[in-house]
Amino acid sequence: MLYLDHAATTPIRPRVWEEISGLADRGWGNPTGLHASARAAKNTLEEARERVAAVVGCRPLEVVFTGGGTESDNLAVKGAALAGGERGAVVTSAVEHEAVLSSARFLEEWGCPVTRVGVDRDGLVDPSEVAAAVTPDTAVVSVMAANNETGARQPVRKIAEAVRDRTRCRALVHTDAVQAFISEELRVEDLRVDLMSLAAHKFGGPTGVGVLYVREGVGLEPVAHGGGQELGRRSGSHNVLGAVGMALAMELAAEDRDRFHRDVSEARRRFETTLAEQVPGLSITSHSARMIQHSHLRFPGVANQTLLVRLDRLGLAASAGSSCQSGAAQVSHVLSAMGLSDSEARAGVRFSFGWTTRPEDGDLAAQLTLSALKGLL
Amino acid sequence: MRVLAAMSGGVDSSVAAALIHEEGHEVTGVTLKLWQGPDGQAPTHGCCTVSDSEDARRVAAGLDIPYYVFDYTDDFASAVVNPFVDSYRNGRTPNPCVECNRSIKFSILLEEAARLDCDLLVTGHYARVSREDGRWRLQRGVDRSKDQSYVLHMLGQRELARTRFPVGEMNKTETRRVAADLGLRNAQKRDSYEICFIADDYRRFIAQAAPEAIRPGPIVDASLNRLGEHRGVVNFTVGQRRGLGVAVGEPRYVVELDPHTSTVVIGSARDLLTKAIEVENVSWVDDAPPQEDQLECLVQLRVHGEPVRARVAPSDSCADRSLVTFDEPERSPAPGQAAVFYRGDQVLGGGTIARLLR
Repeated sequence: MLYLDHAATTPIRPRVWEEISGLADRGWGNPTGLHASARAAKNTLEEARERVAAVVGCRPLEVVFTGGGTESDNLAVKGAALAGGERGAVVTSAVEHEAVLSSARFLEEWGCPVTRVGVDRDGLVDPSEVAAAVTPDTAVVSVMAANNETGARQPVRKIAEAVRDRTRCRALVHTDAVQAFISEELRVEDLRVDLMSLAAHKFGGPTGVGVLYVREGVGLEPVAHGGGQELGRRSGSHNVLGAVGMALAMELAAEDRDRFHRDVSEARRRFETTLAEQVPGLSITSHSARMIQHSHLRFPGVANQTLLVRLDRLGLAASAGSSCQSGAAQVSHVLSAMGLSDSEARAGVRFSFGWTTRPEDGDLAAQLTLSALKGLL
Repeated sequence: MRVLAAMSGGVDSSVAAALIHEEGHEVTGVTLKLWQGPDGQAPTHGCCTVSDSEDARRVAAGLDIPYYVFDYTDDFASAVVNPFVDSYRNGRTPNPCVECNRSIKFSILLEEAARLDCDLLVTGHYARVSREDGRWRLQRGVDRSKDQSYVLHMLGQRELARTRFPVGEMNKTETRRVAADLGLRNAQKRDSYEICFIADDYRRFIAQAAPEAIRPGPIVDASLNRLGEHRGVVNFTVGQRRGLGVAVGEPRYVVELDPHTSTVVIGSARDLLTKAIEVENVSWVDDAPPQEDQLECLVQLRVHGEPVRARVAPSDSCADRSLVTFDEPERSPAPGQAAVFYRGDQVLGGGTIARLLR
């Protein structure tokens, strides 16, 4: 099988498995207890927190472990908007992940004003447009570091600076960096953000664990109420093994980034060059604005549903980039926001390369895609 | 052969997929997502629930075949649900299963099957496809009580050549036994009889989908004497007896609906008697109408109706219209329902009842 759906999830790196299974005797305790097993788990957890902090350039207590990217986004957006018993305004973009967009919709129902800034044909937001939407009532601005469907990278630092330049602005800046971390070096002081979401399974770690970076001094209304773990910011018994897996996966992804860029960009170059030669009218979504690992392609007149089934039959795993719980392909809100028609959106297939990709996978992927397209073009 | 099996999560389509798989074909399972709630989420009851597609997925996993969910909600809304509402709005009584088979399952899905290089589409319908003298034939299912040939009458040679109904050769008891033998987890799941996209009452559905279509009006007799009031013609079907809210001595029936004036005309059983009907959208299993000017055959007027003797003649005015004249006047035809022509168990063709000639 050729797996080109790394944007959905990634295989766990073997060293992460080893590290987690090696913790069988001292990783299972509940870190909030007072006995020896609790202390062992607490030490393990806090060590993981320090390792995460080191990778993104923050203080350990600014790292909140969560149940994953969606929960991190919920905590950031809802937590900031509802902090202090207020109903703060939210500014976000039309192409955010559902975790952010649905949180914003929820807040809207509860009386928080929400502004969704549009994007251009490449899927990019204009920082000045984001800043212009900010008012003194804005509690949080949330714009993703890179889009999960197209790979388009948003100018997060420019957005953060433009927002901070607004007078009488108290808005926190959040970025959903879930999709970007594997290929982008993300340091919070470079990005100038107050909140940043990460998810371990997007870069070789386990599912079910994520991080929300919360700048020191930022108060959030918790989303999960309970025992007050994570300084009251995220209740629930700690996923110690997950935290360790996440920390190591972050370190490995950071160490591996140069090789990742070389192999993945070469694979993608071969893949897209071959297809562009053979497929008349092929379009590459967000061509000039995207990360190295995304190849969101539109095959004119070919429904993605048909192509994906044919690819699956040939052993190539790709995705429509947007699907409902049942797995049925849907018209993507991201592509619609970029001004693509429903039929253009339905012609879109996302191939996402990852840490297991070798350069020659690009050739194989192109050959399989051409076979799958036979008779459809 | 390569086969696309439409799997709803019910017993019949699961057994159909399992049987064709047992014959050694390369089978791909697919569930059609046809309907969603107003919030865009899968409904929790009725058809297209997450639990139904989960049943289908588990059956497919048990057979070790690839399985997908195809989203046809937009097509279903425009080809089935909207015409359903319009039909009631126009005083007719539609059959949405007919439209779904015509426009979705044996049209869009059959085309998709071809694009996926599948030679056959298999569904769990109770009907039989056979080949005789080089022509494809459609027959009633062996289990007469489950027979669904009525809602499949629009299939022609092109569709039948690429369609199979494995459970049409069995009765329901056998189907359940095969399901149990195969270890299908839904062997005892209850049958569904309702309209798949309507969770409770079609009247409530129409009231929500087209509130402007619900206009109160008079209930009158044949001489236009006002006998009462009603809340909207969509609540009635020609031939309906119960729920008229009018107390008269002898049994009264709805004999006519006039959506323009929002009038319900009621009368006696005798007033219902219909000598002939005009049928539109007529198609023939053999693709062309029969040679005879007057085709003597049996005509079925409702899903579970008993077929009656009649003569079918092409309409002078319109190519896809036929005039069906009953040997004995009929009480049951309702505009919007299908009229399906049979010779014995064999489907010859059919269409939609457009007009009653009394």
